[in-house]
Amino acid sequence: MERRRLATIWLGGCSGCHMSFLDLDEWLFELAQHIDLVYSPLADVKEYPDHVDVALVEGAVANEDHLHLIRQVRERTRILIAFGDCAVTGNVTALRNPLGAPEALLHTIYIERAEIAGCLPHAPGIVPQLLDKVQPVHKVVPVDVYLPGCPPPAPRIRALLEQVIAGEDIRLTGREMIKFG
Amino acid sequence: MPATRQILIDPVTRIEGHAKISIHLDDNGEVREARFHVTEFRGFERFCEGRPFWEMPGITARICGICPVSHLLASAKAGDALLSVTIPPAAEKLRRLMNLGQMVQSHALSFFHLSAPDLLLGFDSDPAQRNVFGLMAADPTLARAGIRLRQFGQDIIAMLGGSKIHPAWAVPGGVRSAPTAVQRADIAQRLPEARATVLDALRRFKALLDTHHAEVATFGNFPSLFLGLVGPHGEWEHYDGRLRVVDAGGAIIADQVEPSRYRDIIAEAVEPWSYLKMPYYRARGYPAGMYRVGPLARLNICTRIGTLLADAELGEMRQRAGGIATSSFYYHYARLVEILAALERISLLLDDPDLDSLRLRAEAGLNQFEGIGVSEAPRGTLFHHYTVDAHGLIQSVNLIIATGHNNLAMNRTIAQIARHYVKGDQISEGALNRVEAGIRAYDPCLSCSTHAAGTMPLVVTLIAADGTVLDEVRR
Repeated sequence: MERRRLATIWLGGCSGCHMSFLDLDEWLFELAQHIDLVYSPLADVKEYPDHVDVALVEGAVANEDHLHLIRQVRERTRILIAFGDCAVTGNVTALRNPLGAPEALLHTIYIERAEIAGCLPHAPGIVPQLLDKVQPVHKVVPVDVYLPGCPPPAPRIRALLEQVIAGEDIRLTGREMIKFG
Repeated sequence: MPATRQILIDPVTRIEGHAKISIHLDDNGEVREARFHVTEFRGFERFCEGRPFWEMPGITARICGICPVSHLLASAKAGDALLSVTIPPAAEKLRRLMNLGQMVQSHALSFFHLSAPDLLLGFDSDPAQRNVFGLMAADPTLARAGIRLRQFGQDIIAMLGGSKIHPAWAVPGGVRSAPTAVQRADIAQRLPEARATVLDALRRFKALLDTHHAEVATFGNFPSLFLGLVGPHGEWEHYDGRLRVVDAGGAIIADQVEPSRYRDIIAEAVEPWSYLKMPYYRARGYPAGMYRVGPLARLNICTRIGTLLADAELGEMRQRAGGIATSSFYYHYARLVEILAALERISLLLDDPDLDSLRLRAEAGLNQFEGIGVSEAPRGTLFHHYTVDAHGLIQSVNLIIATGHNNLAMNRTIAQIARHYVKGDQISEGALNRVEAGIRAYDPCLSCSTHAAGTMPLVVTLIAADGTVLDEVRR
C-alpha cells in the first residue's frame, strides 16, 4: 500500500489537538506502517515540504507567522484538515477579538501592568505581529475537511486517519465524528 | 559596543509550542548573546476580564493541552479562596490524584516523545528521523513502554474528569465526582508496569550521564536560585504547601512563604524581544534574581520526597550532582524521579478510604474579592491570581506560568550552549540541535503562555562583522 505523507501543524491553539493525536497511543505503531511524518512540531524538519498528502492543522490564524505558514501549507498540501475547534471556529483563541485592535491589548499587559520599566514586544522578523482578528483556517485558505472537537477525541482522529490510509474520500458523519466541544 | 551578527533558529521543535532562538556573534566570531523568543501572545489575562469567576477553570484549562489539569486546579483553588472555603478531604485527595496523573503523563511525554530522540538516537542523528516515530523504529520496546506510561497518566485523568484533555471537573469548592472502587482497582493493577517502565528509563538515563559529560557541563549549568512549593516539613509537594527559595549552594533563603504573598518575593520584567515576561526573585533584583522552577527545582529545594523508592533515587541524584544539581540536563533525571514519586503517591491515594466519601464540595457564596491559587504544574509553580467585583465578575487576572519563571534561565542556558558548540567559523546541525535541546531540557510549555509556528526555513548563515559569509547550514 502506498505510504501517505502526513504533516501536523500548530497555529494559535493550546496543543490539546496534538496531545489527542498522541492519545492514539499504541495505534501509532500501526499508523507508522502507513505514513511518513514529514512535518510536525513533534519532529525536527523546519521547512514545510512539497507534496504533502494530508495536513492536520491545529489552531486559529492569530499572527503574521501563522498567516504565512498556512498559505504555504495550502499551496503544498493535497488535503488540508481543520483539526479541532480553534481551527474550525476560532474558539478560545478568538476570545480576544471583542477586545479590538491588539495594540491596546499589548499596551495593557506589557506597559500598564509592568512592574519595572515596561516595553512592547517588538523584534521585526522574530516576534510576529498579531493580526487584528483571530480567524479560523477556512477564512484564510480553502479547507477540505473539518474535524471538530476541543479537542477531537482520539477515536475520532483514528477514524479519520483510517480513511486517509485507505485512500478513501474522507467522509465524517454522525455525532461521534462531528460534535463540537 | 562591538558589531554583531545574528543566527536564527526558527522554529524550535520538539517542545510544547513554538519559539525561535537568535544567536548574536561579535566581530571575533564569538557568541556574545543568545535569546529565546516566545513568538505568540494569546491574551487570556485580558479577555477573561468580565467573566464570572466560576467559568475560569474551564476557560484557563484551554491555555494548554499538555497540562490543562494544572490550570484547572490552580483556577479552582483561586475560586476556593474567593469563596473562603476549605474543600472536603476527599476533594483535595482527588485533586491530588489528578495532578499526579498529569505529572506522569506530562513527564512521560517530555522524556519519551520529545527528548528521547536526542538522548537515545543522538543529538547528531538524522533530523528526519529524530522524533517519536524514529524512536518507534529504532527501539520499539522502549517507545511502546513510553507510550503506555503516558497513556496510564492520561487514563487517571479520564477516570476522574471524564476526558483526558480539558476535563471539566475541578470547580471552586471542590470536585464534581469521584471514581468507583472498580475504576480505582483498574488503575492500581497497572501500577507495576508503570513502575517498571520508569525504573528502566532511570537506568538508561544514568548510563547517559556517564557518556554525556559535555552536555551535563554546558546545558544550563550555572548557579541560580530554585523556587517551588514544599510541605510543612520541607517535603516534596505538587498541589499545596508553601513557597521555598534555595540558592545554588543549598541554603534556604526564603521558606514557608504563604503563596498568596508571592508578590512579596517575585516580580516580573518585560523585554522587547519576546512576548514572555521575565519573573525574578525580587530581593535580588533583575536579572540577578533569576530562579528556576519545575522538577529540578522541586528536587533541589525539598528536604525529602516522602516515599521509599523516590527518596532512594533522590539520594543518588544528589550524590551524582555533588549536592544541589545546577545543570539543566538534570531536569531529565528529575522528571523520571518525579514520575516514580507520583506512582508511589498514586498507589497510596488509591487505597485511601476517604475516596469513598460522598462529600466532594464545599458550598458558599462569594466572600472575598481577591483569590490566589497556586499549584505545581509538571513544569513548575503556577499562580492564578484573580480579583472580582461584588457579582463575582473578573476584574483582573495575573498568571505566572512555569515557563515564565524559567525564562531568564532558559535564555542563559542557550547562550551557554551556543558558546560551547557554535565555534566562530563553522556551524553543524547537531550544534543547533543542542541549542534547541537546552530549551527541551526545561520542558517548557509555551502553549501555557504562547503558541506559534515558525515560517522560514532554517537557513543559518554565519557572517563575520565585515560581511564575509563564513558558513551556511540549511535544514
